Amino acid sequence: MKMLINVPETVVADALRGIAAAHPELTVDVENRVVARRDAPVAGKVGLVSGGGSGHEPLHAGFVGPGMLSAACPGEVFTSPVPDQMVRAAAAVDSGAGVLFVVKNYTGDVLNFEMAAELAEDEGVQVAQVVVDDDVAVSDSTFTAGRRGTGATLFVEKIAGALADEGAPLDRVAAVARQVNGASRSFGVALGAVTTPAKGSPTFDLPAGELELGIGIHGEPGRERRPMMTSGEIADFAVNAILEDLRPTGPVLALVNGMGATPLLELYGFNAEVHRVLSQRGVPVARTLVGNYVTSLDMAGCSVTLCQVDEELLRLWDAPVRTAALRWGC
Amino acid sequence: MLDTDFFRRWMTAAAASVEREANDLTELDSAIGDADHGSNLQRGFSAVTEVLEKDAPATPGAVLTLAGRQLISTVGGASGPLYGTLLRRTGKALGDDDEVTQTQFAQAFAAGVAAVGQLGGAQAGDKTMLDALLPAAEALATSFEGAAEAARAGAVATVPMQARKGRASYLGERSIGHQDPGATSAALLVEALAATATATDGVDA
Repeated sequence: MKMLINVPETVVADALRGIAAAHPELTVDVENRVVARRDAPVAGKVGLVSGGGSGHEPLHAGFVGPGMLSAACPGEVFTSPVPDQMVRAAAAVDSGAGVLFVVKNYTGDVLNFEMAAELAEDEGVQVAQVVVDDDVAVSDSTFTAGRRGTGATLFVEKIAGALADEGAPLDRVAAVARQVNGASRSFGVALGAVTTPAKGSPTFDLPAGELELGIGIHGEPGRERRPMMTSGEIADFAVNAILEDLRPTGPVLALVNGMGATPLLELYGFNAEVHRVLSQRGVPVARTLVGNYVTSLDMAGCSVTLCQVDEELLRLWDAPVRTAALRWGC
Repeated sequence: MLDTDFFRRWMTAAAASVEREANDLTELDSAIGDADHGSNLQRGFSAVTEVLEKDAPATPGAVLTLAGRQLISTVGGASGPLYGTLLRRTGKALGDDDEVTQTQFAQAFAAGVAAVGQLGGAQAGDKTMLDALLPAAEALATSFEGAAEAARAGAVATVPMQARKGRASYLGERSIGHQDPGATSAALLVEALAATATATDGVDA
């Protein structure tokens, strides 16, 4: 597999140097792997720190900036960051108002953020955590590690970030972050496998003419394999899987997300199908975001995330944001 | 008696073993995980040998505590905190003695394994590293070689299991038929321990 890299060992550091070169409004600590707002800590503001394995760009570093994250901690490819990174990030962005960790529900992320929270609190930083677990493809039972955190992470980071910018206290920012997670569900499909730089070949074998339903964002195989479906059939399957679980009683935010190797032309076509299904099911869509936001390296495929919103959440969603990957209203 | 050098050599042997098996570990991980177990442990254990050389801790307990802290700081994923906790808690249980008996070490190792279970919330049969570590801890009370055999057998026994923890659990029944990469690397760690004992004069392997 050909890749635009130097050597696999330096892909994360190389990307961080590139982010630094493109975004002077960020401080990028390449050695310690922390990307932060240059103006952090902002007086009186709750800090928002997220992080996770690399390979999901623009998540999370692309969401650092006014109206969203204060700092991001990128791990190795598909590997959670280490506690030292989050401790450093928390210290850098804490104004005294405390820090919220936004954690995707994977065993590694949860363990490392938990250790980091303990260490940061030892250093006098007040820490709250929200664990994002929105993927309906995983049954949430004692027989699994629980639902994965995927597309809803973007909703949580945007809405909690807007609230933090307004000066809300830590417990309120954490509560709203949990509210957003609780109101969000996702479902993803893969049309092709993913190739990590370390392995250099696809992590699973997906024959032409088949797709994987219910995939995560790390190249882990999905729950089920089927003969290839049309965009409309995929939208029916994904949206219905979400609605069965979410049962929204009001308008939703919709994220139609590309996994990395699916062209926007196809994503927009898919978005039309998602809207068709939602309209048939009587679910009004308040806002839609289409693009590659929570990706899985070079995986072909897409995911749908819906978040039921009230007026307050919608207001926070619409609030100004200025980051590398998401910016409006400013 | 087991001295500081014994534990340093165990960590060096573990690093060499991980280095040698990294591709196979990653291959196992790509079947039911995300294809990075080998490279992550390789990065971690090479950092461990580096820091042990640099800081030269003076007691068995200090060697393992430092090694565990280094794994937590360099590996990431679930295996960083889990392996880090295994070594750190084992090291802490060894205390400050310059030398420890095999029985002392077996007890400390069992405490380390228990801490892993507590942190990850897994039990025997969940298709995790515990399926190699729990039988190894039990056998270690008798002999190093027996612990290595028990760990190996424990790793192989994960093949027919359905994963209930970690990333492999997302696969449900599709996780059956694959050997767990975490149990496999745990067996490597215990095998390195037995090899270190065999190579040590006055230690009954």
